[in-house]
Amino acid sequence: MNRVVITGSGTINSLGHSAKETFANMAEGLCGIGPLFLRDVDRLDIKIGGQVKGFDPTTVFNRQQLALYDRVTQFTLIAAKEAIKQSGIIFSGELAAKSGVVLGTAGGGVSTWDDNYRAVYEDGKNRVHPFVVPKLMNNAAASHVSMEYNLKGPSFTVSTACASSNHAMAQAFQMVRSGLSDVMVTGGSESMLCFGGVKAWEGLRVMSKDACRPFSANRNGMVQGEGAAIFVFENFDKAKNRGAEILAEVIGYAMSSDASDIVMPSKQGAARAIKGALHDARLSPEDVQYINAHGTGTAANDKTECAAVADVFGRHADNLMLSSTKSMHGHLIGGTGAVELLACIMAVKDGIIAPTIGYEEADPECALDIVPNQAREIEVDVALSNAFAFGGLNAVLALRSV
Amino acid sequence: MDIGARVIDIIAEQAILDPGDVTLESTLDSLGIDSMGLVESIFAIEEAFDIQIPFNANDPSNSEFNISSVSSIISDIEKLVAEKS
Repeated sequence: MNRVVITGSGTINSLGHSAKETFANMAEGLCGIGPLFLRDVDRLDIKIGGQVKGFDPTTVFNRQQLALYDRVTQFTLIAAKEAIKQSGIIFSGELAAKSGVVLGTAGGGVSTWDDNYRAVYEDGKNRVHPFVVPKLMNNAAASHVSMEYNLKGPSFTVSTACASSNHAMAQAFQMVRSGLSDVMVTGGSESMLCFGGVKAWEGLRVMSKDACRPFSANRNGMVQGEGAAIFVFENFDKAKNRGAEILAEVIGYAMSSDASDIVMPSKQGAARAIKGALHDARLSPEDVQYINAHGTGTAANDKTECAAVADVFGRHADNLMLSSTKSMHGHLIGGTGAVELLACIMAVKDGIIAPTIGYEEADPECALDIVPNQAREIEVDVALSNAFAFGGLNAVLALRSV
Repeated sequence: MDIGARVIDIIAEQAILDPGDVTLESTLDSLGIDSMGLVESIFAIEEAFDIQIPFNANDPSNSEFNISSVSSIISDIEKLVAEKS
């Protein structure tokens, strides 16, 4: 089995247009959530979200690209460019033939569905643009990354709702660890902040109208975000031999299925995924200092997640830090695990723990150290990243400092 | 603007060329318009003239719509526009 390291990271999300800017704003405890700017927002009950701001796609992509790239693909390509550039890898020959891209998204080109349903149903048009299908398909982003960077190995898109990115990165990790590929591009993206995308979430009545306050007793629901984060996973020996900068090591993962309910989380399912990741990474519970929580800010998730962590870690649960960065960037649904892996990289690489902002009132059912409101500087060796999806599909990744 | 000039404008935009560089004798190949560019052009022409073009991307050469040159495209569109009115 090969060791696997991260040699590139890139992102665009409501906290920043690059990994560097996102790290800085996470460390500042900045909130990227604000009023939504989108068509027909006055007909929405939920008017806030973690929208990507100051982004004009026409300055990045040409007319032909824009005809083919949904917003979710645009985000993905921007993040991939940063990550692959940082890695310094140019894909050619045998390396290109074996390197692939595995990404996560829950909804794919949601805005494309939305705009074109509007055209045919609301505006009564009988014709849509010929690229609607290649623009909205869930694998569009992964395919465009493969075309842009000549990635000819195993490539696909994983869709497991809010755990999509973690499942995707677990696959990429497994491919490099097993020796199937020396390099995999991975991560995830989401762009559901359009009228239909927000309206659908409103229906569930789990959304907050004012803020995302994970683990705080007065929390009142989740807030959607959007964006992408992409990473380069590479065989450790290869990365070392070429003198690449190593951001962190991926040391293990686990996936589990609750097999119980389509929306309600299960403590046992979450605990099995966390425990599985510890086992896969050959860790004792005491080795873990930080967990990036799924931490959605809903009563159901936060209580269940804290109970699962308490179950797995026993007494050590009181010593570890557990923060939810969704309080800052919102819930990126299928892209969330990817942006949250950045917080884990910052923890093990820079020794900075991103806080859970918006924390106002202690909740006895979430009585863990959730790093309230202010980042903390402390050396971290091992960090976990939790993702627990609707449908009961869970995936947890483990990172270590190098 | 007459039909021919409007069609040339649409094709030129697709080919990222100046309309002056698109002649009646030009073929889509010579203009660098691929199969994706072709369906996009047909969509734009349908939108511009509010017509339905009988074009099947599975077998373009066998369609009722003649795409062998810019002039054949224009004359077929003129027929479709005439049939509409």
